[in-house]
Amino acid sequence: MTWRYILTVYLKELKDSLRDRRTLISMIVVPTLIIPVLMFGVGTIMTKVIKQAREEGSSIVIVGGADSPGVVGGLKAAKNFHVLADPGDFKQLISDKKIRAAVEIPPHFEASLKEADGSSATVTIYHYEGELKSSLGVNELEKYFGELREKAVEARLAGRGLPVGLVKPFEVKRQNVAPPEKVGGNVIGGFIPYIIIILCFTGAMYPAMDLTAGEKERGTMETLLCSPVNRLNIVLGKFLMVLTAAITTMVLSLLSMGLSAALGISFFAGSQVPAAGGSGGGAIPLIDPLGLVGVFAMVLPVAVFFAALLLAISLFAKSYKEAQSYVSPLIIVVIMPAVVGMLPGIELTAKTSMVPILSLSLVCKEMLSGVWHWNFIALIFGSSCLYAAIALAFAVRMFNREDVMFRA
Amino acid sequence: MIEARHLTKTFRDKKRGAIVAVDDVSFTCRPGQIYGLLGANGAGKTTTLRLLATLLQPTSGSATVSGHDVTAEPGKVRANVGFLAASTALYGRLTAREMVTYFGRLNGMDDDAITRRLHQLADELDMHEFLDRRCEKFSTGMKQKTSIARTLIHDPAVMIFDEPTLGLDVMTARSIVRFVRDCRDRGKTVIYSTHVMSEVEKLCDLIGIIHGGRLVAEGTLAQLQQRFGERDMEEIFVKAVGGEAALAAALKN
Repeated sequence: MTWRYILTVYLKELKDSLRDRRTLISMIVVPTLIIPVLMFGVGTIMTKVIKQAREEGSSIVIVGGADSPGVVGGLKAAKNFHVLADPGDFKQLISDKKIRAAVEIPPHFEASLKEADGSSATVTIYHYEGELKSSLGVNELEKYFGELREKAVEARLAGRGLPVGLVKPFEVKRQNVAPPEKVGGNVIGGFIPYIIIILCFTGAMYPAMDLTAGEKERGTMETLLCSPVNRLNIVLGKFLMVLTAAITTMVLSLLSMGLSAALGISFFAGSQVPAAGGSGGGAIPLIDPLGLVGVFAMVLPVAVFFAALLLAISLFAKSYKEAQSYVSPLIIVVIMPAVVGMLPGIELTAKTSMVPILSLSLVCKEMLSGVWHWNFIALIFGSSCLYAAIALAFAVRMFNREDVMFRA
Repeated sequence: MIEARHLTKTFRDKKRGAIVAVDDVSFTCRPGQIYGLLGANGAGKTTTLRLLATLLQPTSGSATVSGHDVTAEPGKVRANVGFLAASTALYGRLTAREMVTYFGRLNGMDDDAITRRLHQLADELDMHEFLDRRCEKFSTGMKQKTSIARTLIHDPAVMIFDEPTLGLDVMTARSIVRFVRDCRDRGKTVIYSTHVMSEVEKLCDLIGIIHGGRLVAEGTLAQLQQRFGERDMEEIFVKAVGGEAALAAALKN
């Protein structure tokens, strides 16, 4: 191993890759432009759609209610409801999304409210499960009838000369104790490692294929192997380039995500970003910066593992296309453990610490919430380094195999 | 100087089993001499040359290049070899200067030495005009010149050419042939593989005919003409490999 030659190969590969449009797109353009566009674009559209849906009011029909003019009149007078005159086939209307919901008022409803015998009637709300606008309609109807019920209860109690506190012996109140950065860790802590893992992999993917199978296809691999440099130096030079691409993609993505989030928050919430340690409940989730540093440190051996593995696998292919068919399915293999790490109930244990990508996903979530399990961190870092070393040794071995390098 | 002794290379193939690509090949090529390796497609020319350039390792037998054993000191062998083949391409996104400089550095040269040598090569090969342009936009002739400069940057004692004129236009092919002669005249050891009979006749001091991985005949053009009783190189070749039927059977395989 000679650093001078490793550096020569690395610098050449870096120059070559920076002149390649495809590498630039995957390494720089996608993380810096696509992510903000997606976050802003999709965010803006979603905010607009939801706002519009809220503002335009819920179209509903009232089934029955002829003998309850007060309730029907109240619904018609409410600003957030458009009551259609003819109920017709209301179930069909809901299915066709012409109305958001329908409410069925039972006979003698209003009269039963005034009776003091404690009788109970049932108001039925018809809706379309899973449909956003329909659920908005349901929420508004439930709120309306909830308030109506409270008023009825109060009236019944007042009729008997009893205090309201009789049916409300206590209140239930929520109070958040988690500081904002820990709220952030829990809310987006599971999501960040997942994004990092995927971007780290996709960032390494293109250069890994180009530097191996691509070179074989273009005939430059044989030219390179004719040089007196030991193959170990060549592999390490190429590996460093793939690692650079993986880390660059990851860092740029995180930066652009952070900037988009910061801009997005001030854009959507009217520049009211609370400082860390501010009021807990309802604050915008913040991430512990130290946690982010920890995530970087933990991702590093996994990035090495990805770079070496991708290099070894794509080296086996004769052409870029063949390499793509080997490497593309691996994205699913990488995503699965990352997704499993986001599931509730999957906790950090000695066993899960040994599962490559899953362990990273789990420990990053903990670190971003400010929880540092040093024994697990050491175990995961150690095992990740071991896997990375195995993958790198595998890549070197592949480079020294004639049947791989000169596969006919 | 190249000395091959009982050089043998066997490949494993899942369908066909063991394939002997080079079978007990021995020859010697001296400085100031062009050794022509003549054979049909699949005869074992490329494998033999790759063994000499240490891209492949022999299954058995040995070879020394400039006094270094191909198995024991592959790095030293490659440092003394300039290998040019139809399959050794250029990095399209690098300029000719960057390409040649890269190989100079890989050969352990310092930047001053590379600059001096590159200037000299660019003079000889008339490359100055396109030295700072990217290789991907080059004509075939420019590509060949850059490849030649790449093989010569470290001034190797041994030149290995594997069908260097394959697929080239007449003018470029002629300039390559001229360049190969130049190498010999400067006292380099040259080995040249081809399946073009006329090139062998024009160029080679010593001819080895390879067929089915075996060296079936060897000698100067005059010696081969005398041995096979033919004047024409093509007729000599067909006779040496055992007639047209044997040649057709080999090509079918």
